[in-house]
Amino acid sequence: MADTVVNVLWIPAGLSCDGDSVALTAAMQPSIEEIALGALPGLPGVKFHWPLIEYSLGGAEFLEAFFKAERGELDPFVLVIEGSIANEEIKKEGYFTGFGNAPGSDQPITFSGWIDRLSPKAWAILAVGTCATYGGIHAMAGNPTGAMGILDYLGWDWKSSHGIPIVCVPGCPIHPDNLSETILYLLWQAAGKAPMIPLDEAGRPSWLFGNTVHEGCDRAGYYEQGQFASEYDSPKCLVKLGCWGPVVKCNVPKRGWIGGVGGCPNVGGICIGCTMPGFPDKFMPFMDEPPGGKLSSTVSGAYGAVVKTMRNFTMATLDKEPSWRHRGKKLTTGYTGH
Amino acid sequence: MAVKDLPGQTTGTQPSRLVEMAWDPITRIVGSLGIYTKIDFQKKVVAECHATSSIFRGYSIFMKGKDPRDAHFITSRICGICGDNHCVCSVYAQNMAFGVRPPAMGEWIMNLGEAAEYMFDHNIFQENLVGVDYCENMVRETNPSVWEKAKKAEAPNAKIHGYKTIADIMTSLNPFTGDFYRQALVISRYTREMFCLMEGRHVHPSTLYAGGVGTVATQQLFTDYYTRLMRYIEYMKVCVPLHDDLFDFWYQALPGYEHNGERRILLGCWGAYQDPDHCDFTYKNMTHWGRKMFVTPGVVVDGKLVTNDLVQINLGIRILLGHSYYDDWEGEETFVPKDPLGNPVDRRHPWNMHTKPTPKKRDFANQYSWVMSPRWYDGKDHLALDTGGGAIARLWSTALSGLVDMNGYVKATGTSVQINLPKSVLSGPVSFEWKVPKWSNTLERNRARTYFQAYCAAAALHFLDKAFEELNAGRTRSWEPFTVPDEAIGCGFTEAVRGVLSHHVVIRDGKIANYHPWPPTPWNGNPRDKFGTPGPYEDAVQNTPIFEENGPDSFKGIDIMRAVRSFDPCLPCGVHMYLGDGKTIETVHSPLAPFG
Repeated sequence: MADTVVNVLWIPAGLSCDGDSVALTAAMQPSIEEIALGALPGLPGVKFHWPLIEYSLGGAEFLEAFFKAERGELDPFVLVIEGSIANEEIKKEGYFTGFGNAPGSDQPITFSGWIDRLSPKAWAILAVGTCATYGGIHAMAGNPTGAMGILDYLGWDWKSSHGIPIVCVPGCPIHPDNLSETILYLLWQAAGKAPMIPLDEAGRPSWLFGNTVHEGCDRAGYYEQGQFASEYDSPKCLVKLGCWGPVVKCNVPKRGWIGGVGGCPNVGGICIGCTMPGFPDKFMPFMDEPPGGKLSSTVSGAYGAVVKTMRNFTMATLDKEPSWRHRGKKLTTGYTGH
Repeated sequence: MAVKDLPGQTTGTQPSRLVEMAWDPITRIVGSLGIYTKIDFQKKVVAECHATSSIFRGYSIFMKGKDPRDAHFITSRICGICGDNHCVCSVYAQNMAFGVRPPAMGEWIMNLGEAAEYMFDHNIFQENLVGVDYCENMVRETNPSVWEKAKKAEAPNAKIHGYKTIADIMTSLNPFTGDFYRQALVISRYTREMFCLMEGRHVHPSTLYAGGVGTVATQQLFTDYYTRLMRYIEYMKVCVPLHDDLFDFWYQALPGYEHNGERRILLGCWGAYQDPDHCDFTYKNMTHWGRKMFVTPGVVVDGKLVTNDLVQINLGIRILLGHSYYDDWEGEETFVPKDPLGNPVDRRHPWNMHTKPTPKKRDFANQYSWVMSPRWYDGKDHLALDTGGGAIARLWSTALSGLVDMNGYVKATGTSVQINLPKSVLSGPVSFEWKVPKWSNTLERNRARTYFQAYCAAAALHFLDKAFEELNAGRTRSWEPFTVPDEAIGCGFTEAVRGVLSHHVVIRDGKIANYHPWPPTPWNGNPRDKFGTPGPYEDAVQNTPIFEENGPDSFKGIDIMRAVRSFDPCLPCGVHMYLGDGKTIETVHSPLAPFG
């Protein structure tokens, strides 16, 4: 596919905040300019269909590519989805999400409608942010929309017509460079310059999510010395104040947030587990000490191997979504208003 | 754009041909917004307009029963470009409910973070989203005669910004190939670094808590911010004159363009940046500390200041149902019958509202929106205030009150706001003055955006001075402990980048019993209410004359899009709008934001 143009079709119209679209404008490794202008060696031609920075004013002119893709006239394309997927089956009529109208209709095409239309033809699906990947904030207990992630909607074993599993880059919002780097990888793969993207069991690029927050946190030294913060403005380890860093897969403290600046526990913000399938419910209330925290912080150091085993156990739980994120006509989030 | 001819209609004696045109979704905004119009090409005017946004998430529903300390972590996720404004507003509301006053250092750090947010967000929106509507490619496609004028128009401030003609400025705004466009992207990144220094992560902060911030105050922290800020100040010295040239040109090139997006002056601003010397987060002192905010709260009607009292502003908020997909809450419990000062609180106030979603087919004649209609009641009328995209209302309100004086960096005079920027690498000190404009219209909303960027840069200098004062005195604590009461109420007021933002919380049994955020886009994009008052977009779009030179066959709709984008629509906050035919406008706008 070295000579072909890869179309990137981006639909931010799930239950989202658009924070993952905004994040891509922050990326510098690579930047959106570098990708769009083909300023990195080996990049195939790329055409973005992305509402946030689209030149056209919108409407049919903008949606044309999406309908072409549905008809199989736009090959290859990467479908980027942003936002959790509302369960549109749980109500009698209307819609929770909409993105343009169906031709000949005055009603919106829902987010899940677009996924149904485009997923069979996509070269790959890239789910950006924790809402799209696993459900995230809008799939919290008690939600009225039956929100879920793409893995719940299409199935955890789903593969594209080209044999590519769903690529999930979680984060709330997504880390800017984690996103642009993954896009770059997929483009290289599409051009035949990189092998199949390596993903972990939850669809995450394994080179980005193979380590814990704690392993990359510059406050881990305090942990090792048994120096724990009792107030939030302390420079010491925040694990007793609600930080889940030891059991959360994420590279943010190591990478910083943007240009190496910022992050979470490394700069005074507790890790609330926003990259994990169990987010947010399994981490709330956020400001309480995690259940495993007491024990592991007591035994820190000497019993490293034991601690690692216990953490793996906790991590496996947090890597699972709550039971109410699923398809079907029944809403099981606890909300009873409909 | 979808185009459909409608049967000829007769308006007065002149036959006119209405053409139905739609843009759904419209681009270069945050979120999904559809615009449905009928255009009269004979009269060159928009006859009718519906705007619709189509997402419901349900924040006020799923927050019930949750730990109140989680509120800002959750509500930040309402918006992906100004989530931190929600986070801050929620922290303010929690501070009131928990009875905690953060150390001064915590407030200066939060102010610095918020200043960076305004500097980033207004910048990227202005140059990379709005700017494209004024770029060479767009102007050549929509108004070739304006492009010809622009090529001959010398830029009055060419010596400052380096672009010889207005056409050169337009070329610099072309997406990706334009140098000013690309420079703005780079600036949007280091301003986000400034933000992350103070609040950890953009756009959902990691370091904010009720009681203050987890950010550790050090010499390095503030120096890292300072150096980036001075680079931004250098940029502002170019950016403001450049935009004055561009927008002034538009008035000259197309007489009558002042009516693009024009509406009656009805502006709301809920104030921004606390002064820790005065703000104790108690409701009973809110009138006082609200007036000490570094952007003054205010309601401005027909160019006159109605009030700058946050208590009065709070009590005046009414949430009307409009044509939204919600059931009324008649007969449901009133959580807060009286405020802590003993004033009665209306049933339609955010403290007392209930969210009862009922999804329906979209029907512009009936219900078609996930947004209700917020209004501000002045004792006589339910006013459809707008925010003008935030900046214009903040400058107008601050200017008229004449209260702000940040040690000479920023000074409000009663009719203007003076902004003084110090010497930087390439230039000496520069002063700007934003003067109250003649109109609340598209071009002035856009101009104010750039001036407010300069305002925030100057304000950040003041906040840095104060932060260093604390640091050098050894007062580095930035967080204060608190406990969560079983029963409490709280409210927070600030300015999201695109305008007014309030959060109202009711706590019972130590859990959230009711929580309602009201962000700016619902205020701007709401529908006609039960009193027949149209929402702000309706006025603005309805009055908009068509200057585009393309006829119906190749019409792009640039004038309409400029009017809509001037409000900086941010759809995660929700927009549904319906403008009825010709003279009367039936509008339903339900901001997602209250729910989410």
